[in-house]
Amino acid sequence: MFDGLDPVLLSRIQFAFTISFHILFPAFTIGLASWLAVLEWRWLRTGNPVYAEVYRMWVKIFAVTFGMGVVSGVVMSFQLGTNWSVFSDRAGNVLGPLLGFEVLTAFFLEASFLGVMLFGWNRVSPRMHFSATVIVAVGTLISAFWILSANSWMQTPQGFAVAKDGLFYPSNWLQIIFNPSFPFRFVHMVTAAYLTTAFVVAGVGAFYLWRSIYLRHARVMLGMAMIMAIFVAPVQLLLGDMHGLNTLEHQPTKVAAIEGLWETERGAPLRLFGWPDQEHEITRYAIEIPRLSSLILTHSLDGEVKGLKHWPRNERPPVAAVFWSFRIMVGIGILMIVTGLSGLVLFLRKRLFDTRWFQYWCMALTPAGFLAVLAGWLVTEVGRQPYIIQGYMRTADAGSPLLSTPVAMSLTAFIVTYSFVFGAGTYYILKLIANGPDTEDDAYGSHGVKQPPLITTLGSEKGGRHV
Amino acid sequence: MFSFDTFLDLPLIWFGLIAAAIFLYVLLDGFDLGVGILFPFAPSEQCRDRMMNSIAPFWDGNETWLVLSGGGLFAAFPLAYSILMPALYIPVTCMLLGLIFRGVAFEFRFKAHRSRGIWDYSFHFGSLAAALMQGMILGAFVQGIAVEGRSFGGSPLDWLNAYSVMTGIALIFGYALLGATWLVMKTDGIAQVWARKCAAYVLGLVGLFLVVVSISMPMMDERIQNLWFSSPNLFRLLPVPLLTIFFFGLIWSDLHRGHETRPFFLGIGVFLTGYIGLGVSLWPWLVPFEVTFRQAAAAGPTQSLLLVGTVILLPVVLTYTAYCYYIFRGKASHESTY
Ligand code: HDD
Ligand code: HEM
Ligand code: HEM
Repeated sequence: MFDGLDPVLLSRIQFAFTISFHILFPAFTIGLASWLAVLEWRWLRTGNPVYAEVYRMWVKIFAVTFGMGVVSGVVMSFQLGTNWSVFSDRAGNVLGPLLGFEVLTAFFLEASFLGVMLFGWNRVSPRMHFSATVIVAVGTLISAFWILSANSWMQTPQGFAVAKDGLFYPSNWLQIIFNPSFPFRFVHMVTAAYLTTAFVVAGVGAFYLWRSIYLRHARVMLGMAMIMAIFVAPVQLLLGDMHGLNTLEHQPTKVAAIEGLWETERGAPLRLFGWPDQEHEITRYAIEIPRLSSLILTHSLDGEVKGLKHWPRNERPPVAAVFWSFRIMVGIGILMIVTGLSGLVLFLRKRLFDTRWFQYWCMALTPAGFLAVLAGWLVTEVGRQPYIIQGYMRTADAGSPLLSTPVAMSLTAFIVTYSFVFGAGTYYILKLIANGPDTEDDAYGSHGVKQPPLITTLGSEKGGRHV
Repeated sequence: MFSFDTFLDLPLIWFGLIAAAIFLYVLLDGFDLGVGILFPFAPSEQCRDRMMNSIAPFWDGNETWLVLSGGGLFAAFPLAYSILMPALYIPVTCMLLGLIFRGVAFEFRFKAHRSRGIWDYSFHFGSLAAALMQGMILGAFVQGIAVEGRSFGGSPLDWLNAYSVMTGIALIFGYALLGATWLVMKTDGIAQVWARKCAAYVLGLVGLFLVVVSISMPMMDERIQNLWFSSPNLFRLLPVPLLTIFFFGLIWSDLHRGHETRPFFLGIGVFLTGYIGLGVSLWPWLVPFEVTFRQAAAAGPTQSLLLVGTVILLPVVLTYTAYCYYIFRGKASHESTY
């Protein structure tokens, strides 16, 4: 039925689809976990119930997102074998330990203490509960450490030798783990996760302010998110720049695609926009700033930048996808910096919490982080093509010996399942946001409960039915 | 590059460790999935809430053992991983889809209002599908996998036949037994009475399937037959079936005399003896009957690095896992707790 389709192409679509969904959840949970830890710490320090109420609201959203992150992640860990078995066989000696350590150092930690974090309120001391939150937050960072190390090794491999049997054998573990692009990718990604979360939180805070509800909580949300935007968004620009320079050194084809640059030039211009035409090897309708590209990439006005024609056609990535994704990501990064600056100005004028246009602006930027994360990964992964392990193994040679039909069916099944399940998850998250934080009066008072149970809410109160 | 392969039998150690990880997964997620399998049959909505709450803090950690088994196989025996996964493409994918539906139900169910029923069924059918697929994977595995060079050499439906359907159904009942005895331990009142009845009922079916599998395994492959029925082995291996029979008897009487915790651990005993029997039969194949665990082993330095990490980390993981079970000891309530 699907005989005309290449199973490797289908596997690529399936991998891209499933990991694109997966990364949305970590991008949110990495940031949210750290933020929840800060909230709980503020609450323990100040005793101000607003922090506890904000925590209680967001921990539910965290739990839903985390659950979706786990189930979509389990899919990823098996797909390496089901769809990329030749890759797994050849690179297993090198990548295996990195993924194994991710499970041992991070996944168990997160999974076990998540239980304590969600259900442990009446069973452990506040201090122990706070520790559980911190442990989960650290777990997400450790997880990012290992998986990004593995991914970075595929981008900039080192510390190994390819033997006669075609297998990759490790020769230096430290070189493998701390490969050249890893430090940049790690900090860039973690920062991306923090920014993504900050803009979701800001959007929700702005929404409450706009509706004039939950004002005390909304101020905490918007205020803390703006601190993030003011300080971290500009840092992300610097980190991204360093990341790009590192890529120029190790994956110059990717950078040429990012720039839409075909000819090797001195004093290359920066193309703001344009239409890269792979067929005719030219970027059409380009709007250019003279020499800026050379300035950014070589820090000299007439430094030489290699163009795509420097490499044979079958060594070049699909240019348009890389070119456009990059502009979306950087564009959003700049919007985030602008947001931070506006927030700062409004704060200094004491208008941060009651400026209408700024509330609309923040609400509009709620999904911005997710878009930037997806765009960034598209740059990274598409820009690496046609290689799966840069310079050593082509994606086309990495697939499992599968027929098209099962892969087409599984792809369809994933699309249907993910749309339904994660669509429902998004709906519940929106519902939790609409419900807002449980303030003491409406959640407990009506129940005749004397003391607010620490951070437990009767989940049946708002969502479930009463028995 | 450090490597211990000059003085340690690394492949053997790793074979043991992976086997242990898979076994722990089967036990731990086994009772979760079992609870899901029994879910719609519970006598009341309140019972269902309790069933859910009795496993909600643990399911994620339990499922992580699956990730460890898969990831560990990839890390320690990449060749086996890259042959088995494509060979089992369809059942693995179906299992993953099942686990998605099962996993999200924990969170969605308590957030849902009118649509709660959807997540009850998503929990049930997800668990059912995952259990069935795991059992079918086992059935396909023991029948042997076709290999060509370093890759899977069969066709996409090799795994599907009457035998694997039988093992699939058998595992559903096996997990239901673990789930029911878990509920006997973690609930009281009508939920417990019901769980006891379920356990007793399922126990008979598990026994039946165990007999069928034990008879059919030696008949399928001459090597297995020789292994079990040649004279010194027969006596050395005799404790395995005898212990199984003993456990069955004990569970049966415990269920009727009101023991609360022992049936669960005896259920684990049944799984353990079954697993040992299986291990003995399939030794030393990692991809039956084509690739042994020695042939599939990763390079010495890879297995050595992993071993260092595991020796340090695994005790830590086990300690805090036990701590989490300790925090949530006692009977589960039906109230939503956060
Ligand atoms: C909130 C998300 C976000 C934001 C605001 C930015 N990025 Fe980014 N970017 C990512 C999220 C991201 C990402 C998804 O996290 C990527 C994919 C892989 C990675 O490490 O980060 C990425 C990759 C990525 C790469 C590709 C590097 C490679 O893998 O070869 C470059 C050159 C940049 N970024 C540069 C920038 C610049 C100059 C930004 C200016 C503001 C910027 N990023 C903002
Ligand atoms: C998490 C965010 C990620 C996203 C959104 C992402 C996205 C993508 C996309 C879109 C492709 C397809 C490229 C093409 O076909 O031109 C791809 C390829 C690939 N990526 Fe990633 N990637 C991510 C992270 C990772 C990580 C962490 C790893 C490694 C552990 C990885 C391993 C691979 C592999 C094996 C391929 C080859 C298959 C293919 O070409 O589709 N990716 N990725
Ligand atoms: C090929 C790529 C990837 C694979 C195979 C993979 C695998 C997994 C698995 C198996 C889980 C579930 C663990 C559990 O049971 O708790 C998971 C969750 C997670 N993954 Fe990934 N992952 C990939 C990419 C990434 C990337 C690029 C990041 C981030 C930088 C990431 C960060 C996380 C985090 C933080 C979790 C915790 C659960 C959550 O909140 O989503 N993963 N991943």
